[in-house]
Amino acid sequence: MKRHLKNYAWVILFIIFSIGSYFLGFRPGELIYSNFNQFFIEMISFIPFLFILIGLFDVWFPKEMLEKHIGQESGLKGIFLVILLAMLQAGPLYGAFPVAYILYKKGASVKNIFIYLGAFSSMKIPMLGIEMGYLGIEFTILRTLISLPLFILIGYIMEKVVGKDFEVKEIKA
Amino acid sequence: MFNNTIIFGLLTGIVLVISLIFDKNKTILGLKKGAKMLFNILHPFLNILILISVALFFIPDSLIVTYLGSNSGWLGFGIAAIIGSITLIPGFISYPLAAALLKQGATYAVVAVFMTTLMMVGIVTLPLEIKYFGKKAAIFRNAFNFIAAIIIGIVIGWLM
Repeated sequence: MKRHLKNYAWVILFIIFSIGSYFLGFRPGELIYSNFNQFFIEMISFIPFLFILIGLFDVWFPKEMLEKHIGQESGLKGIFLVILLAMLQAGPLYGAFPVAYILYKKGASVKNIFIYLGAFSSMKIPMLGIEMGYLGIEFTILRTLISLPLFILIGYIMEKVVGKDFEVKEIKA
Repeated sequence: MFNNTIIFGLLTGIVLVISLIFDKNKTILGLKKGAKMLFNILHPFLNILILISVALFFIPDSLIVTYLGSNSGWLGFGIAAIIGSITLIPGFISYPLAAALLKQGATYAVVAVFMTTLMMVGIVTLPLEIKYFGKKAAIFRNAFNFIAAIIIGIVIGWLM
């Protein structure tokens, strides 16, 4: 309970500040609240749905299943699989580095490791959902379609540039 | 805004029904997982909305339009690319920020280059990346991704 209270300290302060502003007729406070209200309604109008989808997705398509089969496949199938695996992830890019190590250990090519990192950085399904909600479907689809060939190209270039002496080290926390 | 509700609501409804038909227990597990994840990001999410609301009160629209709007040209684009490359902002925070910038007059090109550099280039995490991949690979990856992000920004700006 105490932890929750701490987590929501700013929110509670903000609510008190907004109510106070309303009763005292403090104009800046009212304007800030009206900004917040707009953003909050925007968020609440789709984020809960998104998380239901993410949760269901997680139980029906566990990424561990895919991880087992990934690595040696080459060609288009290999590229397709690493992109799919990347799309099922969540979190910031540095969270992808340990997975890159696993891919490396399993024998994935340099090209596919970097395609994985590219797809991880900007094609994760939960992020695409948030992106659609905030920036629109058109923006999301365009950005993804432009990014995808660039990532694959970067994969090929990286293999040429660092291919020979490339290795991924395991970093122990 | 309500388009979102309709699209996401409809999609969620359909997926939920299909999931329930196939496996009730799995569905409940998924809902619990989703609720837990939502709850975990709720307070940072609300905090950032408060921060953006306060910041937008103090930063006049005209300033955003001047530096990130359609007349800002390469300056705005460059500012966005550099800030995006250096900083490390989680996606669920950067998207509302990007939407707010768009609403206040920033261009799609600027927002696109900001978002893509943010996602693809990481100066702050470069030391960590070097530990995993070595200096050469990490620097090249960031450099190529930076170029890619610039291309994505330009093409989006040109198409939207």
